Amino acid sequence: MRVLGQLTVPLLILAAALGAAVKGVDIFDAMSAGAKKGLLILWGILPSLLVVFPAIRLLRASGLPELLGAALRPVFALLGVPEETGLLMLLRPLSGSGALAAATELMQRHGPDSLIGRTAAVMLGSSETSFYVIAVYFTAAGIRDDGRALPAALCADLVCFLASAWICRVLWG
Amino acid sequence: MFSILASLLLGNTAAAGSAVLEGVHDALRFAPELAAALCLWSAVTELLERSGVGADLARLLRPPLLRLFPRGAADPGTLAALSENLSANMLGLGNAATPAGIRAARGLARLQARSELNTLVVLNTASVQLLPTTAASLRASLGSAAPFDITPAVWVSSILSLLAGLVLIRLLNRAPS
Repeated sequence: MRVLGQLTVPLLILAAALGAAVKGVDIFDAMSAGAKKGLLILWGILPSLLVVFPAIRLLRASGLPELLGAALRPVFALLGVPEETGLLMLLRPLSGSGALAAATELMQRHGPDSLIGRTAAVMLGSSETSFYVIAVYFTAAGIRDDGRALPAALCADLVCFLASAWICRVLWG
Repeated sequence: MFSILASLLLGNTAAAGSAVLEGVHDALRFAPELAAALCLWSAVTELLERSGVGADLARLLRPPLLRLFPRGAADPGTLAALSENLSANMLGLGNAATPAGIRAARGLARLQARSELNTLVVLNTASVQLLPTTAASLRASLGSAAPFDITPAVWVSSILSLLAGLVLIRLLNRAPS
């Protein structure tokens, strides 16, 4: 399993390159166009990182998270969700780059291979910025939202967070 | 702003100044490594897309789409947009998924398939990615031993939340408004 995990990345790249070669795709051109998109993603999220990182540090220095954490600990314990991921879950449906920055901060502080780090990564990877998606789609379609999509989407997000915490606990807890 | 108020209220102002600078420093120090991982995975994804993996995936997705969008799928243009939207989402191509999704949404609006539009929106708020490249990039840039080992966990969590969303929107679509 561990060897397989370490081989995933090289094998994926090899398979993608071989597949592209067979199809006659210009590999250099495709990869440099992709890398450019990667840089654009970074450019898009860097401002958020620059705001969220200090904001989280500041919040932690204030002592408020300890107070809130102590108050909400029974709730998180009951749901089986690490209380450290509270801010990430709150930001996730609202702001894509904010959630990404919050997840990064968690992984950096607790380590990417820790239970909390993994839970944060799984939560981030299996959900979307629901409010943004709803706004974009209804605006584009020119139809007024009848108020059904939002509750369904937010419930799905909640299920996603609970399921992420559960599966990480089972696999790596 | 909220954080500053909290630190004032709780009387921990001394640490606040240095905390802000440390935070900015962290973000900047982390950026180059994040750039490396993001560029690598965007490059590989672009290769997959240009090799036609997206089109293959779109073909595979037809049967479930026919069931989820009976009215939308009857219109060839809308069906094509729907399958392109879903396959781009699965490959993690957000830039390609949104325009296709918007075309699909306009198609459904034209067909007056209101409840199917709700389904499309919920489908797009639940992530259905095959490879969690962004989350894995973050892990790789922070020194994870095997950044993609979260993939099965992401599948489980995505599928459960997708099912929850689809069941709920189905129920809500039937309820009188």
